[in-house]
Amino acid sequence: MSDETGMRAGGGATVQDPPVKPVKGRGPTFVTRFLESRHLGWAGLAIGLLAPFIIATPYAMDVMTSAVVFVMLAVGLNIVVGYCGLLDLGYAAFFAVGAYTSGVLSTELKLPLLATVPAVIVVTVLAGVVIGGPTLRLRSDYLAIVTLGFGEIIRITANNLSITGGPSGIYGIPGLFGDATSDPVVFYYAVLVIVAVAVLLAARLGRSRIGRAWRFVREDEDAAEAMGINTYKVKLAAYIAGAVWGGLAGVLFAAQLSAISPASFTFLQSALVLMAVVLGGMGSTPGVVLGAIVISLLPEVLRGLADYRFFAFGVLLIIVMIARPQGLWPHRSRER
Amino acid sequence: MLEVEDLRLSFGGVLAVDGLTFGVGAGEIVSVIGPNGAGKTSAFNCVTGFYKPTAGRIRIDGADVTGRRPSLIAEKGVSRTFQNLRVFGEMSVLDNVRAGTHLWLRQRVVDALLHTPRYRRSEREGTDEANKWLDFVSLRGDRAGLVRNLPYGEQRRVEIARALARRPKLLLLDEPAAGLNHGEKAELLDLIRRIRDLGVAIALIEHDMGLVMEVSDRVVVLNFGKEIADGPPEEVRGDPAVIEAYLGRDADEAEVEAAREEVGGARGE
Repeated sequence: MSDETGMRAGGGATVQDPPVKPVKGRGPTFVTRFLESRHLGWAGLAIGLLAPFIIATPYAMDVMTSAVVFVMLAVGLNIVVGYCGLLDLGYAAFFAVGAYTSGVLSTELKLPLLATVPAVIVVTVLAGVVIGGPTLRLRSDYLAIVTLGFGEIIRITANNLSITGGPSGIYGIPGLFGDATSDPVVFYYAVLVIVAVAVLLAARLGRSRIGRAWRFVREDEDAAEAMGINTYKVKLAAYIAGAVWGGLAGVLFAAQLSAISPASFTFLQSALVLMAVVLGGMGSTPGVVLGAIVISLLPEVLRGLADYRFFAFGVLLIIVMIARPQGLWPHRSRER
Repeated sequence: MLEVEDLRLSFGGVLAVDGLTFGVGAGEIVSVIGPNGAGKTSAFNCVTGFYKPTAGRIRIDGADVTGRRPSLIAEKGVSRTFQNLRVFGEMSVLDNVRAGTHLWLRQRVVDALLHTPRYRRSEREGTDEANKWLDFVSLRGDRAGLVRNLPYGEQRRVEIARALARRPKLLLLDEPAAGLNHGEKAELLDLIRRIRDLGVAIALIEHDMGLVMEVSDRVVVLNFGKEIADGPPEEVRGDPAVIEAYLGRDADEAEVEAAREEVGGARGE
């Protein structure tokens, strides 16, 4: 025994170690390789682009546009919850901040909606700092409760200010390109392209230096800190990124409905977005996109069940979470 | 390199560290030993910023970092491993080591969003660096897979590789030999020497006396938060106060002799 250990230790010290061959496990299955293909994003976009050729009734376009906006929300929340592991129960607050900022500026100052985007970004960043600044010092459960509170604060504030129109909200918000083009198909394509870019950018963030830092924080805050990652700043960055994504989704929402009211930004909305993230697979971009589409379209698909549709919706969600607790399309666990 | 001066740390009424003074010079291996609960890990946690010391000064390269946050101390060139293995279990082995590159990798958020040449270059650089350090610690196992699927000993190597990818000037190892078998300990000994040969100063907490006596340039002995000895291994080994700390006050001559044998004999192993 001592001979063997002596030999191994000696081998390491004197001669150069032979290059260590990585141990190959079972190769990825066809399904795994298919699900990890980089071209799937294009396939998803193609499905989105082709959908209006299958069904283009105003009602269907409305549902599909809402689904795409919801994808943007889910991808934004995925930065906060999926990448960084910060449980945010008040995400609708940023959605509201974006929608109200563009709504107020476009109606009060008669600005075109696109011109309000820079202001929306500035305001949502500020909102991210104001809400995230004090709360991100807390951990897990406490953070969830405080974000829940902030979500309600934003909604109740909107309900009580006169500039936000109180409970009746703001109406007469112009469309994305002014009132001229109000064709729902054109609007759907515009939203689809914007959201596709937003999804791509969020995915790229996840694969970068800052994206890794978020995951390190999620895995082990102390170890991340020991590697020189200022966990507070990194968490705030995740929060701000999530806020901007949510705020821009709010602009699209305001453009789609042309009227917004506090009733659209309840805790239920926050919970639904979170559900999309968890259902799809936390930290996985394709998963979250799929989750958002399922969550937003399933109640429509189940419409035939009339009064039972939300019951069926709930049962289906419970079944999925029991059968696949990691989500429908979880984050890939190994690198290529 | 590292200077710790009159460090004190108390939890309520308990003095975990009571007036510890020691230093680690450039390229030096200093071991901190002592019975369980002597305050070794507490002292390490103060040095790396995880605990705020009650009193005392900690300087790195002359800069006072007492009570600063851990990430700032890491920025000054200090890297560490943890007593109870703190790897990022749900991430790949390579990603774990890439954590060490966070501080020096030149990549801005804009680069990542637009996939600029700088992004591609820095990602390649980070991966090469991670592979380099995994080679250095001679990791056996799947680098692309999750780190939690590796055996314990290999996870320890990943943790050390991660600390090295920081390109530290000072490396603090907290019981790196814990849970390793005899052969792995021999490899660890060799690894620690190779790290020192890179010009990295090392502070080591370790219970394995054989390893400590073999590798250290200097040994600091703690007991009840107080420093009871500081010197070269040969000197510390024979120090009556050290033997007493390990055996207890009422040890008679024969027992002291036996302990001396044990501590001394560990070297010949």
